Amino acid sequence: MSVLIFIDHSDGAVKKASLEAISYGAKIAEQLGLTAEGALLGNLNEDIASLGKYGVKKIYHVADVALDHPDPQVFTEVIAQIAEKSGAKLIVFSNNLHGKAIAPRVSARLKAGLVAGAVALPDTSNGFIVKKNVFSGKAFAFISINTDIKIISLNPNAYPVAVTEGAAAEVVPFTAAVGEPRIKVTAVNKVTGEIPLGEAEIVVSGGRGLKGPENWNILEDLAAALGAATACSRPVADADWRPHHEHVGQTGLAIAPNLYIAIGISGAIQHLAGVNRSKVIAVINKDPEAPFFKAADYGIVGDAFEIVPKLTEAVKALKG
Amino acid sequence: MKILVCISKTPDTTAKIAFTDNNTKFAENGVQWIINPYDEWYALVRAIELKEKDPGTVIHLVTVGEADTEPIIRKALALGGDEAIRVNASGADSFFIASQIAEIARQGGYDLIFTGKETIDYNSAAVGGMIAELLQLPYISLAVKFDLEGSTVTATREIEGGEEIVQASLPLVVSCQKGMAEQRIPNMKGIMSARTKPLKVVEPVAVDPLTTIAGFETPPPKAGIKMIPADNPAELIRLLHEEAKLI
Repeated sequence: MSVLIFIDHSDGAVKKASLEAISYGAKIAEQLGLTAEGALLGNLNEDIASLGKYGVKKIYHVADVALDHPDPQVFTEVIAQIAEKSGAKLIVFSNNLHGKAIAPRVSARLKAGLVAGAVALPDTSNGFIVKKNVFSGKAFAFISINTDIKIISLNPNAYPVAVTEGAAAEVVPFTAAVGEPRIKVTAVNKVTGEIPLGEAEIVVSGGRGLKGPENWNILEDLAAALGAATACSRPVADADWRPHHEHVGQTGLAIAPNLYIAIGISGAIQHLAGVNRSKVIAVINKDPEAPFFKAADYGIVGDAFEIVPKLTEAVKALKG
Repeated sequence: MKILVCISKTPDTTAKIAFTDNNTKFAENGVQWIINPYDEWYALVRAIELKEKDPGTVIHLVTVGEADTEPIIRKALALGGDEAIRVNASGADSFFIASQIAEIARQGGYDLIFTGKETIDYNSAAVGGMIAELLQLPYISLAVKFDLEGSTVTATREIEGGEEIVQASLPLVVSCQKGMAEQRIPNMKGIMSARTKPLKVVEPVAVDPLTTIAGFETPPPKAGIKMIPADNPAELIRLLHEEAKLI
């Protein structure tokens, strides 16, 4: 019997959120005395067996190029077949965009209870209880999964990637009867050359206080010095100062970086709902009454145009 | 063309989140309820736009909730939609809700089922995918754009690191997010007509939920903010490096 981990990938690589899911699944397998196994659909540009260092022992690999696009219906079919072969008691997904598309279908297919958005290891001392984020980051719920097979989607940035001393994973080619996707992908637009916002450990974000898109260079310089992703508030995205995929908040992306630096953002409750899971928040705003200061760990009251370049200098000095 | 739009009742985005009964129940006292923003601004408004383009389109709204959900469903009808169905049950979990909606969809023969990408209270983003699986329909998750030409759908969905443009045929299930449509305010005519639109109440089908809520917790309050003088911003970087150890 196994903990089966869905190994998500994009652009031929297993990204951080998926490595977190592997580490998380391997830890639960150890906790429950089960084997950590993986399901890999599609192809990687890297060595599959080396994923063993994250704790997965065996990987079922379906090397069908039709699986390079994650079609939820087709993936559900294949994952269900692998789950049966592997004897999965628990299936782990990353709660990234692909996990959100696929895990609910697998749950309905297998009648396996799903917790989407887990933030910690399950408590298995009495039943099977998983802590998850609810109310847009304002609370946690403890959800009991009552079915024999269970599914967890792990929130990105909630569990660390752990490199173990594990040997290379055994890669088992798996042939699945793959149906033709009923959704045809006609084009793919990838955002290139940027750190994906959902995975970034540090995020530098700007609001209306920056006065216009032409001023974003000061924020981008700070982000570049920190190796951070850039983000923005809703009014900034709505005014097309920045692309919509950078919008964080209630109706944009919800993120949980280690450090969120908010520049010229007042901190409306809808914005906080998207960033309040950040481990540390630093706020720079000229208005001392900005509500964001109440939700922050560090604050500077002052003019962003003077302060931000000095922060960039200080980071450069620190990093030599 | 028949569209089913799934509507959920959620606490207002500014509601205070607290719990009672030894942290097992959401404290509803004094909470303002709204239509889940993703259901309203994106799923419902996009459906209304499709109807404006093709007036022969019929829009039904569905919600799984007890009688106290009715003001929300009337508010949704004020924005648009021809009639509403309320499944008379509290939504025990995503699977229970999806099973109820799938049952309504089977009976109604819809071409298109729209959900919001997630609710702002349970944030599971699960109901749309579950409905699609229960009905064995294709599922376009996290759509930011949706167009219809005859029975051919062209949509844009968000994927890891970018977006995909996809084509599919009806019927299908779509989860909607920002980009699909813009928020609308109901007008007086809509509010008046909503009062007389049919709102059918049906009893739930027997389904066991797969999960139950064991309890809640609110995050510990922040330890308090440390202010750094504006004339020495480098101090912030020093603290983030030496104290928070994040850079």
